[in-house]
Amino acid sequence: MKYFGKKVITLIMTLFLVSVAAFLAFQVIPGDVVTSILGTEATPEMEERLREELGLNDPPLTRYLHWVGDVLKGDLGVSYRYSKNMNERMPVAELIGDKLPVTLWLAFISLVLIVAVSIPLGVLWAGSASRTGGRAGRLGHVLDVSLGVITQAAMAVPSFFLGILVTYIFGIVFQVFQPGGYIRYQDNFPGFLGYLLFPALSIALPKIAMTARFLRNAMLTEMKADYVRTATSKGAGRNRVLYGHVLRNAMMPVVTFLGMIIAEVVAGSIVVEQVFGLPGIGRLLVSSISTRDFPVVEILILYITFVVIFVYFLVDILYRVIDPRISEK
Amino acid sequence: MKTSFHGKKKLCGFLFTALLAMAVLGGCADGTGESSEEHSSQESVADSADAGSATAGSSTEADVSTDASEDAGGNGPAYGGSVVVGIQQDIDSLDPHKATAAGTKEILFNIFEGLVKPDENGNLIGAVASDYTVSEDGLIYTFTLRDNVKFHNGDIVTAEDVKYSLERVSGLLDGTPMMSTMSTIQAVDILNDKTVQVTVDSANTELIYSFVAAIIPAGSGEDAGADPIGTGPFSFVSYTPQEGIVVAKNPDYWQEGLPYLDEVNFKIVGSSDTALLELQGGSIDLYAYLTDSQAQALASSFQIQASPSNVVQALFLNNAEKPLDDVRVRQAICYALDRDSINDFVGGGQGTLISSAMLPTLKDYYVDLNEVYGTGANVEKAKELLADAGFPDGFDLEITIPSNYPFHMQTGEVVVEQLKAVGINATIQAVDWDTWLEDVYKGRQYQATISGITCDMTPGYLLNRFQTDSSKNFINFHSDEYDEVYQKAQAALDLEEKAQHYATLQQILADQAATAFLQVPANTTAINPKLSGYKFYPVYVQDMSTVYFAQ
Repeated sequence: MKYFGKKVITLIMTLFLVSVAAFLAFQVIPGDVVTSILGTEATPEMEERLREELGLNDPPLTRYLHWVGDVLKGDLGVSYRYSKNMNERMPVAELIGDKLPVTLWLAFISLVLIVAVSIPLGVLWAGSASRTGGRAGRLGHVLDVSLGVITQAAMAVPSFFLGILVTYIFGIVFQVFQPGGYIRYQDNFPGFLGYLLFPALSIALPKIAMTARFLRNAMLTEMKADYVRTATSKGAGRNRVLYGHVLRNAMMPVVTFLGMIIAEVVAGSIVVEQVFGLPGIGRLLVSSISTRDFPVVEILILYITFVVIFVYFLVDILYRVIDPRISEK
Repeated sequence: MKTSFHGKKKLCGFLFTALLAMAVLGGCADGTGESSEEHSSQESVADSADAGSATAGSSTEADVSTDASEDAGGNGPAYGGSVVVGIQQDIDSLDPHKATAAGTKEILFNIFEGLVKPDENGNLIGAVASDYTVSEDGLIYTFTLRDNVKFHNGDIVTAEDVKYSLERVSGLLDGTPMMSTMSTIQAVDILNDKTVQVTVDSANTELIYSFVAAIIPAGSGEDAGADPIGTGPFSFVSYTPQEGIVVAKNPDYWQEGLPYLDEVNFKIVGSSDTALLELQGGSIDLYAYLTDSQAQALASSFQIQASPSNVVQALFLNNAEKPLDDVRVRQAICYALDRDSINDFVGGGQGTLISSAMLPTLKDYYVDLNEVYGTGANVEKAKELLADAGFPDGFDLEITIPSNYPFHMQTGEVVVEQLKAVGINATIQAVDWDTWLEDVYKGRQYQATISGITCDMTPGYLLNRFQTDSSKNFINFHSDEYDEVYQKAQAALDLEEKAQHYATLQQILADQAATAFLQVPANTTAINPKLSGYKFYPVYVQDMSTVYFAQ
């Protein structure tokens, strides 16, 4: 219980500090939101009215406190930039609520791909790398080296290039999906998931390579540990040693690594969303920063901070499940 | 000025070009594409408004439909179908009076109409008004409303709606004018059901261009939760931030036979690079403002049409900054620039070179002043002027450029090289659009900048901003003679006299080298080959009402 309390306090403190930092950053960077919205053709009266409407005439501290007060009451404010209809601004909650499913589903599909492929691949890889002698050893060596080369390449490709490559190969050459033909989840959910498969693939490929490589190395290190020799000498079969003992121990660093990946994809994949024309959180963040849409940026930053802290918290708990020794300490 | 965010995220550009090269190799025998369609048949709509003259009027319904069928060249137009138009930036407002971004106005053009509206030849035609007259002294405008023009909600447009809309834009309603030109309106009176009279406080023959301001139902500007309702060929269906805006056919549209399409989806694309993939993959049917290399990549599978844009690109010089306050230095810069090669390098030779502040498409007013500094570089002359001004070894010049416009950035690179030849050591300072707006445009804290000004149809639009006291005079140009002539031009009710004054103003700007005008870039558009009827306008407009699928 004390553990949870500490975590919650850390979370609140971090969110507070991040919100202050984001607010200050917005005070410092050049660019005036009113000019940004109204452009160069607006009359001075229009500018003044908008400034008043957005509350920009108040001193910064008042504005910040006002904003914090509203957020604590559950009112996330309205976007400076986006309209809901002719006369109303889009509420931030509605705007983000509309975009969040896209990013979350994209993250989910990516994660399923990453876990489903990288863990078996890593185990297979470690298995082949650990074989010595005979035909099996030679075959294992070949597999080890080629997987090394392939994963190295997958890790080295920048994500925007990979995205365009995937679009080009699957969209233009094989035509299994329509580039930019994003299907709204509100209209056709299965179609939406089908379209997401390809951006998810672009996100997953480098992460699969990294995770598999990580798992292989962790397992090979574990195999040198004393308990492996003990297990083997008491007569346990190779598979039992590999999956029953080594894998479980090797998973510890891999879980940490997967946690980092989860935090990254759930926070929104800016580049991939851009390339595939997905209306997700990442793209919203970029465009909102460039239009100085403070209420949207502030909430998105808080969301991302929350996701990162929360995922690390989950990883922490997962440690205890995998390795009971931790909670005994 | 463009309030737009074209071609942001330029990251993928380079690698992307490589991929495109792969895609295009092999299949582009015919690289030029089709030339832009001529719409000469439109001449039958002869009663276009000569601004300021006593009467001007309407395009009749018959004219419009014959025009469309001639256009098809054998293949008759089919009704129905839906089209996806790629757009580069999000909507800044769904309120037609509050929208300021050119990229928003070009879409709202399909939903809303004013008393008058522009046609593709740059003339005004009647829209909600069928006719109007202007009094001799230019102070009273009398508009006759067209019969049975319906709003998208089914209501017939009344004089009340017109009065409300005009009072809203002019600031009579709540003290906040939404178009600065309209603040001259003193009163809007309803003479009868079909006639509205507008009184202004000073005569201005160009005011009529401001009556393109949208007519909306009375009171709808204050209704919370109101959907945008206009009288245009398409009615509003939905808007989703970052995704786009969907409009549907207005079956009651007053121009009989229009529009052809059932639905148009204006879809926001992530960047101009992904737009290309979406065009090739078939997600977008129509996309404007292509770069030269993109146009070439698409030439085999799309109709590529080009037309002069309404953007004036220039190397703007801050006349208040040393050493640019010396006219000889500014002239030297004009001589140093080789605008032919800028046009070739950056615009594929499609642009139109200009030397002063008037669009060549405004034929009645434009004066070709390209011979003043020549279109090529004159290094000798430039060096001579620099030596005269006391800079025989040149000087350092910082050029601030909004980095979200690849076109201006590329121009900047060429300009830097050309200035080097006369000893001017120029450097590029790339800034984001909002910084540019605040520091350069509003703050005037810069030496030189490359950017574009998006013009409307008003002939004096660009000239207006170079008056000494204009809030838009971001180059700090100062000439007493200019201000004086501009006042005369404003007061002139005779269009020929006005044109003469405008010619003088253009000459002064060129002689004084107020700024180094470069060109009017071409607007290159890719269109699905199954579509016909797309019309180019001399203003920023995407008119989808005449577009159809050929049978």
